[in-house]
Amino acid sequence: MKKFAYIDATSVDTVPSLLGRRFGQAQVLAGGTDLVGELKEYIATPDRVVNLKSIPGLDYIRQEDDGLKIGPLTTLADIETSTLINDQYSVLQQAVSAIASPQIRNVGTIAGNICQRPRCWYYRSEDFDCLKNGGDTCYSVRGVNRYHAIIGGGPCYIVHPSDSAVALMSLNASVKIQGPRGPREEMLDDFFVLPELNIMRENGLRANEFVTEIIVPASKPNTKGIYVKVRERDAIDFAMASVAVTMTMSGNTCSEATVVLGGVAPVPWRVPDVEQFLQGKQITEDVASAAAEMALREADPMSDNSYKIEMTQNIVSQAILDLA
Amino acid sequence: MQIKMKKVKIVTRRRGETTETWIDVPDTGEEGWGDVAGMKYVGQRHQRIDAVEKVTGRAKYTYDMKLPGMLYGKILRSAYPRARVVRIDASKAAALPGVKAIILPDDEGAADLLRRECRYAGQEVAAVAATTLEIAEDAMNLIEVQYTELPFVVHADKALESGAAQVQDDRPNGSEPRVNEQGDINVGFAESEVTVEAGYKTEVHTHVSLETHGSIAHWENGKLTVWASTQAISATQGGLSQFFGIPNSDVRVIKDHMGGGFGSKLGPRPEYAVAALLARKAGVPVKLMLTRKEEHITTGNRPDSFQNVKIGAKKNGKLVAYRRENFGTGGIAGRASIPGQPYLYEVPNFRVEQTDVYTHGGPQTALRAPGHPQAAFAMESVMDELAAALDMDPMAVRQMNDPDETRRNMVTLGAERFGWDKRRATPGPATGIQRGMGMGAGVWGGGGGRTKAEGVIHPDGSVEIRCGTQDVGVGTKTVIAQIAAEEFGLTLDDIIVKIGDTNYPPSGGSGGSTTCASVSPAVKNTVQMARLKLFDTFASSTFGVSPHDLEAKDGKVYVKSDPSKSMTWQQAAAQLGDEPLVVQGQWVPGLSSSGVPAVQFIEVEVNTATGVVKVVRVVAVNTSGLIMNPLLWESQVNGGVLMGIGYGLYEERIMDPRAGYMVNPNLEAYRVMGAMEIPEIEVVAYNQPERGVIGIGEPPFIPTAPAIANAVYNACGARVRAIPITPDKVLAALAERREG
Repeated sequence: MKKFAYIDATSVDTVPSLLGRRFGQAQVLAGGTDLVGELKEYIATPDRVVNLKSIPGLDYIRQEDDGLKIGPLTTLADIETSTLINDQYSVLQQAVSAIASPQIRNVGTIAGNICQRPRCWYYRSEDFDCLKNGGDTCYSVRGVNRYHAIIGGGPCYIVHPSDSAVALMSLNASVKIQGPRGPREEMLDDFFVLPELNIMRENGLRANEFVTEIIVPASKPNTKGIYVKVRERDAIDFAMASVAVTMTMSGNTCSEATVVLGGVAPVPWRVPDVEQFLQGKQITEDVASAAAEMALREADPMSDNSYKIEMTQNIVSQAILDLA
Repeated sequence: MQIKMKKVKIVTRRRGETTETWIDVPDTGEEGWGDVAGMKYVGQRHQRIDAVEKVTGRAKYTYDMKLPGMLYGKILRSAYPRARVVRIDASKAAALPGVKAIILPDDEGAADLLRRECRYAGQEVAAVAATTLEIAEDAMNLIEVQYTELPFVVHADKALESGAAQVQDDRPNGSEPRVNEQGDINVGFAESEVTVEAGYKTEVHTHVSLETHGSIAHWENGKLTVWASTQAISATQGGLSQFFGIPNSDVRVIKDHMGGGFGSKLGPRPEYAVAALLARKAGVPVKLMLTRKEEHITTGNRPDSFQNVKIGAKKNGKLVAYRRENFGTGGIAGRASIPGQPYLYEVPNFRVEQTDVYTHGGPQTALRAPGHPQAAFAMESVMDELAAALDMDPMAVRQMNDPDETRRNMVTLGAERFGWDKRRATPGPATGIQRGMGMGAGVWGGGGGRTKAEGVIHPDGSVEIRCGTQDVGVGTKTVIAQIAAEEFGLTLDDIIVKIGDTNYPPSGGSGGSTTCASVSPAVKNTVQMARLKLFDTFASSTFGVSPHDLEAKDGKVYVKSDPSKSMTWQQAAAQLGDEPLVVQGQWVPGLSSSGVPAVQFIEVEVNTATGVVKVVRVVAVNTSGLIMNPLLWESQVNGGVLMGIGYGLYEERIMDPRAGYMVNPNLEAYRVMGAMEIPEIEVVAYNQPERGVIGIGEPPFIPTAPAIANAVYNACGARVRAIPITPDKVLAALAERREG
């Protein structure tokens, strides 16, 4: 771990100037479950670590008329167990309870989970000077890419590691962001960026910005959601593939749907074609399989990860059928 | 009282050769363990004597220890899989405040530890000691090394290709195949009515001991004391004394508690010598513990295996011919042989060809039942495939060809407890979530010897047992206390057990499941003699009987034929006067043996949509002769099964072929099983107390992986011929099945 200055932030407004304008110079600390690992492995080598936990009032869950508001420092465990979060958001609770382990959920925060860095073993190792670490090679392309992206990759093939982001995107959530010129709001649909746009980052936060709230709009009546995650072990592991589906049903006809894939692309991967396809359809096994196939149409696997296509198709159709 | 010696014959079997030696042992007039059924401690369930210390965190491991003025050491390791160190500049590191010692390859005494020629990524290049761990790490990163990178190869199959980079200067990457044959396989296969041919693969497996390797080295007046997390204090003492050219007597190795070793801590480790070298240079103690990453890449591993197997049988299931061609790599250490000619079963015609392969990877070392799990995976898988081809119950095919009566009995016992009769005769469908059953078997040696122990009875009645063995976490200390408490008629609390120190009488390393069978007879012999000698001080004068006529029980010593004639243990000990009674005993034959089968039955659940496999139920049948403490014994079996599930489903070293590094040297991507993966495990003991003590560490690990693979096949028809059985492999095997 490189030496750094540790600064307790005291208010939201002061954080942007503490962070500064250059990426890498400073890091925000919330739960620390991701940052500490990055610091220890010399993946993150900031001069300053800006502690957000010293700012009062960033930890809340509020049900308001226009939806659910979640403070950025709300722990995953608090979201998992909150009784304030009603059924329409259950996909979020399902996703959050599938994150890591109880110990990590007790400490990890919702904003931290959305903004966490990828788990790619090339990126996470100081032995590999990969594209994302400022080098000139994505080692996964001709290396071991079992857990890498099958959609949206190139030139870097990470998968986005967040479970909660997949669920939140399926709920049409947005984030409030604090920057030097005040707050702005962005849909999660627009928040994440592909490596072809910015290889060094996974989202559109500028160096001196941070997430100050997660906003989940109220959904229509008769809307249900489901999160399915595939992992080798039932705790700790990140998704090999996951999917969040919400469907508004009238009878067994779907009037509206959202479908977001996780673990397969460098960002939570929303599939609007599938959402449109499901609209107005009676949900049958055939419809579910057709939707699943459509969801992976753009998949372009590498040497070791073609299994993800079938795996993801299977959980997409299973999720759709479970909701119908 | 002089205890007479008697000559006894020891028969050892090693690699098929039997040797007989005669040794002198003390004659205590008693033989065997007796019937443990009526005993209070030996053979009984007792919580380990250090349990409270451990669960409350008071137990101090090497990792926890601090000495006054102690420095922290770090090792700079080769950044490349194969490279020549051209230049090292440690001036910036030396200038960092807090840095107290730096060692480079050309420094005196460092040549055998630090390398200018690096043959795997992670090999030791330089070392540093500083006042804090953080400074040591910073200093390590400030050492500038210029390398010339050289061609390398990290995978066994690639290393055998022509033009592959050569690992060892004096020999090719692939050894000449070692051939073991019997009969004529051509004739055998011609006679076979059903044959199965398949390729099996197992991956490189690392130890993942909870406590990483490391030690604290302390020099005082030219004498070295080392606290090490080691499975072998004696070998560590010998290795360090040789390395530093000082007498054994000037090296003391101490190990109290340790967080596992599984074979990787069996000898003098290079990092111990590095710590001692740094400590000598700095003039103060140095602590050097490895990181998890260093554990994965440098402290040893189980070699992988590529096994091409062909097996032939008559229609009734009787084996006729067997051929195995296998290779695997132990990295720069080569050796990757696996047992079996063939493994477990009797086949009249066989030919086994083994090739060891060198690669630019970390060296292999012993890992729980070296070679056996690899052998068991291929053999037990192919037996299952053969049974399917024969349309027979795989258990019946095994039983028909297994020459070991004990194992056959264990299979019968386990099948009954497991409910093997409920197994579906043909695989379930490749849809939905399916359950299936599979079985596997194995064999291990164990056995004991080479141990001395010392018993001390103080005049106040307190008792010490000293033995230079070590408790690697399995409960050795407790077993020692049990034997002494039984013999002296005392309680476990009354016995002070002192082990893990080379100042005590020597014992061997704790590997190969030999500790219990080595230490128990030595302690038994010691306490028997101590008891006789104590009784001798007063038997005749006080009770008018021979010491053999006295008994010790429930804190009392009394005349066997007339229990009313008695005194308390304290009164008895007081007869010693001022001087404690000190007795040395030794391992004696007749109290232990070796050679044990192991059998497991496993039920799995396969999600055919995702390929994820869960083990839901295990029945593990083991035997180890006289079980000294069933509670500890069951713990060992549980641990073996859990490690076996990890080997079968999750664990593998993954090397990047182009960069030559391990990509998963952590506990995130090198998966060991977690709490959620623990199935219901029923531990079944096949009792053979008449055989004496046999170790249990290794056998329960061997059958697990093939039993899982066979259960997966039974569940959904997916035949996975490579472990770990990860979801991608299951999905591929399911696709293969659907395509017919």
